[in-house]
Amino acid sequence: MWQVVLFNVTNGLIIGAFYVLMALGLSLILNLSNVINFAHGNFLALGGYLAYTLSPTLGYWGALLISPLLTALLGVAVERLMIRRIYNRDPVYSLLLTFGLAFVIQDASRYIWGPNGLPMGLPDMLAQPITPDLFFITWYRVFMVTIVIVAIVGLFAFLRHTRVGLRIRAGTFDLETVATLGVNVRNLRTFNFAVGCLLAGLSGVLAAGQIGLNPNMGDDLLMPSFIAIIVGGVGSLVGTLFGGLLIGMAAAITTVFYPAASEAVIYAILMAVLLIRPRGLLGEEGMFS
Amino acid sequence: MSAFLDAAKERFPTGQDLVALVAIWAVLLTVPFWLPLLGGYTALASKVLVFGLAAMGLNMLLGFTGVLSFGHAAYFGLGAYGAGLTLRYLVHSTPLAMLAGTLFGGLAGTLFGMLIVRRRGVYFAMCTIAFGQLWYYLAYSWNDFTGGFDGLRDFHREPIGFGPLTFDITQGETRFYFFLLAVFAAAAGLMGLLLRSPFGRTLLAIRENERRARFLGIPVERHIWLSFSFSCFIAALAGTLYALLNNFADPLTLHYSLSGYFVVMTVTGGMRTFWGPLVGAALFVLLQDYISSMTVNWMFYIGLMFIVVVLFFPRGLLGMRRRTQPAGKARSS
Repeated sequence: MWQVVLFNVTNGLIIGAFYVLMALGLSLILNLSNVINFAHGNFLALGGYLAYTLSPTLGYWGALLISPLLTALLGVAVERLMIRRIYNRDPVYSLLLTFGLAFVIQDASRYIWGPNGLPMGLPDMLAQPITPDLFFITWYRVFMVTIVIVAIVGLFAFLRHTRVGLRIRAGTFDLETVATLGVNVRNLRTFNFAVGCLLAGLSGVLAAGQIGLNPNMGDDLLMPSFIAIIVGGVGSLVGTLFGGLLIGMAAAITTVFYPAASEAVIYAILMAVLLIRPRGLLGEEGMFS
Repeated sequence: MSAFLDAAKERFPTGQDLVALVAIWAVLLTVPFWLPLLGGYTALASKVLVFGLAAMGLNMLLGFTGVLSFGHAAYFGLGAYGAGLTLRYLVHSTPLAMLAGTLFGGLAGTLFGMLIVRRRGVYFAMCTIAFGQLWYYLAYSWNDFTGGFDGLRDFHREPIGFGPLTFDITQGETRFYFFLLAVFAAAAGLMGLLLRSPFGRTLLAIRENERRARFLGIPVERHIWLSFSFSCFIAALAGTLYALLNNFADPLTLHYSLSGYFVVMTVTGGMRTFWGPLVGAALFVLLQDYISSMTVNWMFYIGLMFIVVVLFFPRGLLGMRRRTQPAGKARSS
């Protein structure tokens, strides 16, 4: 029994880590630009596919480093060409735009890499279990969680201690004032969007090693990420972090006792939060209401 | 000011509007007779009516109240499942199935609306998306009852009896089309009346300037809630018709992609206009039918259509007539 519980708790931690990484990127873009990026899951898939294509030439480690950066670069192109044009319009337009973009990217990746799942090769040392007893804890899983933690710590350190990070946080509260103080808000938003896509690309590479690649691999992560943001509180990145971990663990622990309800429990948490604490666990009162 | 002029125009239809109205009904009434000659089929026109009705219901909220729901597929799908489950498990009656489905979807929307009515903008939209997906997962995983991934089958529409008369809608696509058209006309009439009522005017006032409406003593939250609820009922009604049309309820009718389709239909047709969503639905259904028969990569082109509409035609087809109104502007406050 304890092995089953441990197995699912490990799974919950890993799924939660993906939710967090994805939701943090979404949350960054939402906070500064007021745009829900429906295509975020497709940027994730792109990151994975780029790593798949690059790893024969660059090796796994090179691909792990380069493909999130390429995803971010694509994000810059998309932001400059399309998303930037609709910042001052009704939110319906940004939703439709990123929704259409999601379709375009998904079908394009299906066209380029094929509709069937592809396996992502891992270095031998990562594919081993840690001990024969705990066969389900491979080094890869440890590695994944480590990378996610490093990325999250890095993100928060960046937002707290650098000038650009400070501007992003300030812009979340009052973009107009930030612009008045002489900050180039256009570039700030582009950069911020790129950081969001970087996180999506990174989770794509990591997820590819765990579940393999397919054109809609990001779709299953998108909805829980939305819920993580709402549960944690819109406007609070720390909230998003806890929201993602909370629903990941809740889903995993439910799986132990009643697998069919593992999706439902996420929505139950959402309902409870909307009922009892509508602004979210760590959300600011008055934001978006 | 322009809103006031628009409002005045809506109360006293101009000659141009009357011509448009006559044209729309002439097309709707004659479609089954000429569409097959053009290479279409009547079921396609039926699909346009059903999606058009759902999009018009959404537009009550989106276009006339200024609140964005990106989860209306949930209520559409709940209507479809409500009707299908009633026909399959409870009673073989088309009107009762429609009633049950409409109530099921509408009440779910009404209850959920209470939870989120204080949210605004993208946050409101995000809550509607997330809540909508709940029903998708439920239909997807409750295999024994809903048919799961394969959808709900083993039910079909029943003839409708009016006392001694029986109207058999089970046979003949054209006959069923006219049944749909009758329901559509009743629902559209109801929406038109509602928009012309003081309640409808109040919704427009909230859309134009929420803060001002609040200062005038209008209970803004309650109006938005009622508008959300009403639009959910219309979407659910359309959903029941969709289940009757196909004799099938598909879990994809609950998926957020369909919510996105409803929004794009509304925007393509013109979200500040009454008939825009229907025109948008016609365009969308025909385009999707055509493209998916040409290429497997139809998602790419549909997605491209979304992007083109947003970037280049934000007012929509019917909205382009009214150049004076700043349609694409963000709501202040």
